[in-house]
Amino acid sequence: MMTFTKILIANRGEIAVRIIRACKEMGINTVAVFSDADKDALHVRYADEAVNIGPALSRKSYLNIDNIIQAATETKVDAVHPGYGFLSENAAFAQACVDHNLIFIGPSAECIAASGNKSAARKTLKALGISIIPGSDDIVSSPQEAFEVAAEVGYPVILKASGGGGGRGIRIANDKDELADALAVASGEARAAFGNPDLYLEKYIEKPRHIEIQILGDHFGNYIHLGERECSIQMRYQKLIEESPSPFVDEVLRNKLGETAIQVARSIGYTNAGTMEFLVDKNKNFYFMEVNARVQVEHPVTELVTGLDIVQQQILLAQGKKLMLGQDEIRLNGWSMECRINASDPADNFMPSPGEIKNLILPSGPGVRVDTHIFNRYEISPFYDSLIGKLVVWAKDRDMAIKRMQRALSEFRIEGIKVTVPFHQRVFQDDDFIRGDFDTHFLEKFDKLA
Amino acid sequence: MELKRYTVRSPVMGTFYRASAPGEKPLVEVGQLVNASDVVCMIESMKIFTELRADQAGVVTKILVEDEEPVMKNQDLIEIEIE
Repeated sequence: MMTFTKILIANRGEIAVRIIRACKEMGINTVAVFSDADKDALHVRYADEAVNIGPALSRKSYLNIDNIIQAATETKVDAVHPGYGFLSENAAFAQACVDHNLIFIGPSAECIAASGNKSAARKTLKALGISIIPGSDDIVSSPQEAFEVAAEVGYPVILKASGGGGGRGIRIANDKDELADALAVASGEARAAFGNPDLYLEKYIEKPRHIEIQILGDHFGNYIHLGERECSIQMRYQKLIEESPSPFVDEVLRNKLGETAIQVARSIGYTNAGTMEFLVDKNKNFYFMEVNARVQVEHPVTELVTGLDIVQQQILLAQGKKLMLGQDEIRLNGWSMECRINASDPADNFMPSPGEIKNLILPSGPGVRVDTHIFNRYEISPFYDSLIGKLVVWAKDRDMAIKRMQRALSEFRIEGIKVTVPFHQRVFQDDDFIRGDFDTHFLEKFDKLA
Repeated sequence: MELKRYTVRSPVMGTFYRASAPGEKPLVEVGQLVNASDVVCMIESMKIFTELRADQAGVVTKILVEDEEPVMKNQDLIEIEIE
């Protein structure tokens, strides 16, 4: 096993700060990288060294593999932590690290590539008997084929554009006639929007929950899971509120999901921390969706109920350390919830709201954790993601966690930009949300918040 | 006949793009006739892309910002002349 003395963090914002904190507590020196827009950023101030890697535009700085590798070799670091987003799931970047004798803190380049190839992944998992959303393994080449697949998986079905994303090119059909119409429309839309008319067909899971399992894997074939995160509270496919455990998941379902997550991880030789995403229907049938081959935004809720530091675990695993804990030593204690605080205006259709922060007061007190890179007079630039912080609470049960989050949200003061705090306050007053009765469509009723 | 002009303005601080995707040709050029509600440029702010459309039909007379340049909220971007 090797020991890192210096790590470069190939990221910015709250996650860069989070990783620097873990390094400091482990006695590891840190190198920050920053764009021209981030000279005064908190991660630059907190790191032991900092290297400018280019202009504000992400593809010229935070997505610039050559510049980041150069910064890493010049500062003589042992390892690179990619955070989330940017280059975190870029197999070429993971490989470039290896080629320059740098340890990439995450799964191998081959594993990242395997996780990203949806069609190949479907076939592998199907062969293993892992439950995936029933549907076509490849593009549907004719209406006749679409009708056959639909008859086999059962209506309603959903058509998805192969080149798609963000909800565009998606059509739902309840019967054969609707499917015939949907095929014509969806294919045309997909061609117009993505220059690619190819469609996949899947069974439409009604009122699903989005539930994911955090796993850890070492280089010796040992795996554990750290329970689930409930991520159904989404708007336009963006997660906004997460919690652990899920009010919907009992011990039996948790064990099944955990075992399946580990089975998937093992099948692709996954190492380090990762997340397996599932859709779970109202009858608790679950379907594997995809691997998130990185640390996730919402990792703190798992940390607060397990007592484990996931970023520290990532670093230890990358150093080649064996997993210290067995599955029977993992206990979920209490309840944790997270609100993503975005610089966007809930009263104006979540319009981005960059600008200078004034009169900032962050919530604190018992059971409250704020992961953020913002401070008074800090300028939120328009170049990067709108996530400006995560408000996370822990309490001994869900009711107490809700009350604590309501209290913490009420303490949040910020001027100069619009943030999503008022939106979260509304959700945390909603009866269905408080009862834990929701699915991925929950926020549609809030979408037109005026 | 009197010529009238208006400008397309940025609704948010962000980055100005003349094309709808990297490598594609610009959505409009100077001298081009546009119809009302045609997309004339894109603004990216915090990874969110917003299509900006022409309010009224007319001819593009000026493009006031270079491609990929930062713009402020309410900044003039494209001038269009109504006949």
